[in-house]
Amino acid sequence: MITLTINGQQHDVDAEPDTPLLYVLREDLQMNGAKFGCGLGQCGACTVMLDGKAVFSCVIPISLLPGREIKTIEGLGTAAVPGVVQQAFIDEQAAQCGYCIAGMVMRAQALLEHNPSPTEEQIRDEMTPNLCRCGTHMRILRAVRRAAQTMKRVAL
Amino acid sequence: MAHRGAWVLGAGGVVVAGAVAAFAAIAWRPQIEPISPPASNSFSPEVVKNGAVLAAVGDCAVCHTAAHGRPFAGGRPLPTPFGIIYATNITPDVDTGIGAWSEQAFRRAMRQGIDRTGRHLYPVLPYPHFTRATDEDIAGMYAFLMTRAPLRAEAPPNTVPFPLNVRATIAGWNLLFLRPGVWRADPSQTAEWNRGSYLVDAVGHCGACHTPHNALEAEKDTKPFAGGEAEGWDAPALQAASPAVAPWTVEALTAYLRTGFSTEHGAAAGPMAAVTQELAAVPESDVRAIAIYFASMMPHPPPMAQAQPAIVTDNPTFAGACEGCHGPDAPMTRGGAQSLALSSAVNARSSRDAIQMILHGLAWREGHAGPYMPGFASVLSDPQMIDVVRYLRSHFSSGAPWTDIESQLRAARRDGGA
Amino acid sequence: MNARPQPPELSRRQLLAAGGALIVSFSLTGRSEADETGATPSPAKEAALPGSLAKTPVLDAWIRVDGDGRVTAFTGKAELGQGMRTAVIQLAAEQLAVAPESIELVTADTALTPDEGFTAGSHSMQDSGTAVFNAAGQVRWLLMQAAATRFALPVDQLTARDGFVHAPDGRSFGYGALSAGLSLHVSAEPATGLGDPKSYRIIGKSLPRVDIPAKLTGGAAYVQDMRLPGMLHARVVRQPSPGARLRSVDAGAIERLPGVVKVVRDGDYLVVVAEREWQAVKAWRALSAAAEWSENAELPEQASLHATLQALPARDIEVLTWTATAGAAVKRLQARFTKPYLMHGSIGPSCALAQFSDDGVTVWTHTQGVYPQRGALAELLRLPPEKVRCIHVQGSGCYGHNGADDVAADAALIARAMPGRPIRVQWMREQENTAEPFGPAMVTEVSAALDVEGNIVDWEYGVWSNTHNMRPTKGGMFLQNAALPEPLPVPPPEPIPMPEGGGDRNSNPLYAFPNAHVVYHFVPTMPLRISAMRSLGAYHNIFTIESFMDELAEAAGADPVPFRLRHMKDARARDVIEAAADRFGWSKLPLAERGRGRGFAFARYKNLGAYCAIALDLTVEHETGRVQIGRVVAAVDSGQPINPDGIRNQIEGAIVQSASWTLYEQVSFDRRHITSADWSGYPILRFPAAPLSVDVHVLDRPGQPFLGTGEAGQGPTAAAIANALRQATGVRLRNLPLSRERVKAAVGV
Repeated sequence: MITLTINGQQHDVDAEPDTPLLYVLREDLQMNGAKFGCGLGQCGACTVMLDGKAVFSCVIPISLLPGREIKTIEGLGTAAVPGVVQQAFIDEQAAQCGYCIAGMVMRAQALLEHNPSPTEEQIRDEMTPNLCRCGTHMRILRAVRRAAQTMKRVAL
Repeated sequence: MAHRGAWVLGAGGVVVAGAVAAFAAIAWRPQIEPISPPASNSFSPEVVKNGAVLAAVGDCAVCHTAAHGRPFAGGRPLPTPFGIIYATNITPDVDTGIGAWSEQAFRRAMRQGIDRTGRHLYPVLPYPHFTRATDEDIAGMYAFLMTRAPLRAEAPPNTVPFPLNVRATIAGWNLLFLRPGVWRADPSQTAEWNRGSYLVDAVGHCGACHTPHNALEAEKDTKPFAGGEAEGWDAPALQAASPAVAPWTVEALTAYLRTGFSTEHGAAAGPMAAVTQELAAVPESDVRAIAIYFASMMPHPPPMAQAQPAIVTDNPTFAGACEGCHGPDAPMTRGGAQSLALSSAVNARSSRDAIQMILHGLAWREGHAGPYMPGFASVLSDPQMIDVVRYLRSHFSSGAPWTDIESQLRAARRDGGA
Repeated sequence: MNARPQPPELSRRQLLAAGGALIVSFSLTGRSEADETGATPSPAKEAALPGSLAKTPVLDAWIRVDGDGRVTAFTGKAELGQGMRTAVIQLAAEQLAVAPESIELVTADTALTPDEGFTAGSHSMQDSGTAVFNAAGQVRWLLMQAAATRFALPVDQLTARDGFVHAPDGRSFGYGALSAGLSLHVSAEPATGLGDPKSYRIIGKSLPRVDIPAKLTGGAAYVQDMRLPGMLHARVVRQPSPGARLRSVDAGAIERLPGVVKVVRDGDYLVVVAEREWQAVKAWRALSAAAEWSENAELPEQASLHATLQALPARDIEVLTWTATAGAAVKRLQARFTKPYLMHGSIGPSCALAQFSDDGVTVWTHTQGVYPQRGALAELLRLPPEKVRCIHVQGSGCYGHNGADDVAADAALIARAMPGRPIRVQWMREQENTAEPFGPAMVTEVSAALDVEGNIVDWEYGVWSNTHNMRPTKGGMFLQNAALPEPLPVPPPEPIPMPEGGGDRNSNPLYAFPNAHVVYHFVPTMPLRISAMRSLGAYHNIFTIESFMDELAEAAGADPVPFRLRHMKDARARDVIEAAADRFGWSKLPLAERGRGRGFAFARYKNLGAYCAIALDLTVEHETGRVQIGRVVAAVDSGQPINPDGIRNQIEGAIVQSASWTLYEQVSFDRRHITSADWSGYPILRFPAAPLSVDVHVLDRPGQPFLGTGEAGQGPTAAAIANALRQATGVRLRNLPLSRERVKAAVGV
């Protein structure tokens, strides 16, 4: 039994210690946000936040995680009450097939939490680990900028 | 008594003053008159082309380009034990670059480490190596740089503390460690070997990283290529003390230097990655010459049997985090990379490079196919790092267990491996 | 085009009486006559029902209304992430006068929806959208007619709104009440056009995509998210190269691993099944390591791929011949262009679920064609088709024929070995990269002549390519067929005939040249496994034509935009060309400085789909050859826009995707294996290289037929980049990808 703290809640998980977090999220906890894209830390479809940093859940065995704070897209908001970044993505219609999007949102969330006023260059750099094949990049960048604006307004 | 003390003080003062004056006399250099930047078409294309090759071997762009900066426009911070020194703008911009430098001024900088105005340059510019380049090659590098796009950019001020920020002190360093004189061929060696030797010594300055340095940061010429360090990474020995488990043949070295990857040794990482990226644009014959030179110094263990890597079942961190790429039949392995048992970093004397590799991974190069690895700095706590590093060593290497893991990890985290 | 008149009033009796005559019958013709969606042409063209109604004319195949007034719409097309679901809902909602949220759309299910072949070739709006639009309109008319009868009022006094039919005196009947006495199992009427666009309240509006909120909040949206009770996880150990034979494997050791339920070996087909997914992955790693193969595949030499392709036996297909008198040729140009194999590169590797029961097998799949897949799977499994049900569940973007069909076959085969348990198969990244069928390599050679006034007087064009369509319609076309004992015969590859085309798609220029000759050298031998990839041959043919038009413009001393207009008679084409050029500020720009260039390109997808013109500028970093795309402006004409933002999204995506294809991409292989096994071996565009800005202008064409848009941007983007590079570097690059190495070599020192 391994205890994981996910979106502020504790979960006791009965999975082998070398199981990557991605599989535990999806199979044991039925959470759909983080996705399998490569299992190699190359595409970011599995991105979640760990102690405030964006990480690849596909290469993090759960044995590493007791005592750490894990945040997933499910912890940012719901369809009824989306979080700021989620709402920005909806407003910009920043998705085509949508498979990469949950990872993008988590990467953006981590960026904005530690750098609330990123420059264009910083946004592009920070989002580099995440791939989009449909070519939704322009909208994703607009969504991140929009979320930054909203966060600034809320903070004021 | 007071008179005698005063006289001693006075005499001492005169001696000191004399020494200072003598020193100043040695240290002082005249300005070389500024010129108008020569027109690009005043240089022969052949000379410029030769200069481009030499600039690539010499890694000019690597130091003189900032992250997200324009090529050769400087601004990149170079950490040294004496503080941070920012690389200067070497584009032919008149105000902020070398646009007003004549070829004579450039040659003086390359051979003596003196800029156009007579100021000493820090030997982080490897002029102790460039001093051995031929006039023709220095002219080539000059032609190359003067035909780049002039870009306006000023480097930030260095953070070197007093008294080292008094540049005249470098004159003393030069007295001790700068050995002028053009490189000379070794008649007992082949032309290719000599070409490699020249490129390494006079241009590529490989010893700047791969040769141990003394306390004053000068290369120990009694121990050429016995191993050194750069920017937090160990630069392994390139001679008998090489930690490589598989032989470094000419073919393996040539491929590694041109692609940044060797199937039997691992990937170029840390500062070496940029070196191999530059060498990709250098004619293969020149890279092969460098490989011939170093291969002649490397030990020649018998060729390795192709060991089939085994699946890891007894370390959860490795099984969950590493095996997707480093296990058998993984994309890395399909790409020809064999087991981590052959990795130079895993077999090195120190755990330093393995730790750096795990913390930082290898960055994407936009649009380039090539080795990549995610970094685990945010993922692994220190105890978890130590555990997996110990495991790597014990499982994949027959070398003695590392004793420096904690200290290397502390240093690596401090230097930006958070 | 003017709006057609409203449908004439028909009494129900008349409709039923005429029903037989309205059902258009078909006979199945050979596959070779099918277009990319698998649809065969209607023999009774003059009485044609619009879109897919022609094949499925019964209204309740498309629209149903239940007793509570809830509307269900059906489409045989699949949501691939192109926004089809939202657009079809808009079409139905508009015609039925109900809120879009109240419509449930059922997509691509062999048990429930019409057979619309493959979701491919950008046909969804033209075929399915049109069918749903018309069927919904007719259903509304029938509902109003039923209300008219109950109100005892003429139907033209009634209005339909929000699921009710209203009489002027305030009475109303809900659709639910009206549906009770109404059968929608009637045949559709002939086409009535798209109605009066001025009355549209939902069509032409950028309704937010209905599927996006769930995807942003962890909702289940993909086949990868499905969890069925008792589900098992399987992984396949693929043959490492075509024709590899499995010499030995110690399955016993693997079966003893934790959670492993079974190792299945059938000929050279090797599978492990486990309780939990991670257990399946670990068992797969162990099984892969334990399997010993003998391999004898021989792939071509990558460096000489195109010479190899042109030397293979080919069947020449005449695409077009134009002859007319023209001015004397004073200048002749010729050029050769090449394209490598490209990978679809779906972010989510392919996945499928299947379950066998006494009634047959159900497969949950992100295939582009549930009906063709059903037929092919039935053959593979030796089952009658009625015993196979294929249900489309969205996967990640497929961009054509990726691993979706093969993984469905994996799931079905494994489910057959373990009846009663749902089986989930997830391909690994390296499997998707190495086993998916690639976009074919191509070569084009073009030569043309100018007269003294700088007009093109003749045009000679040849394209070499494999087929662009090996989507499984027969059991022998699945990947694992060759691994199984007693493999099914593999049908020979066939070209898709024009006007749609395959390798010759868009090889027929839309320009008007007095003399032209276009030949498709169809190469049946396939050195690597290939199939359809977004836009098929259009990407390379448009890259060629639009690059070469610029070369001719340059030789004629002409600005490339007016040069194109001079040769273009199609009015809508001229409109998008002018719109893109104007919005970009084309003619006003000063000449580019060193390292900067601007480029222009145009095409009409298939000469049948959407029109798209693109203008862009870019900068080349001299020292490295790195290309940064700056400002991109596109103009697109898709006919009556259903969802303008959806169109913009597709074109923006096409531009960025094509920039990646054009600047970076090629499948790598040695003499035996595909070596671009993961993203490090097949890099695609990441955020730093995205254009600085993309602005898409959607031309409004009220009432015009819907035109397929999903594949309209890729070809023009490639040529616009090449044309801009010519200006920026002074060098014309003709071999894709226009990689950093090639650009650097072009700019020199």
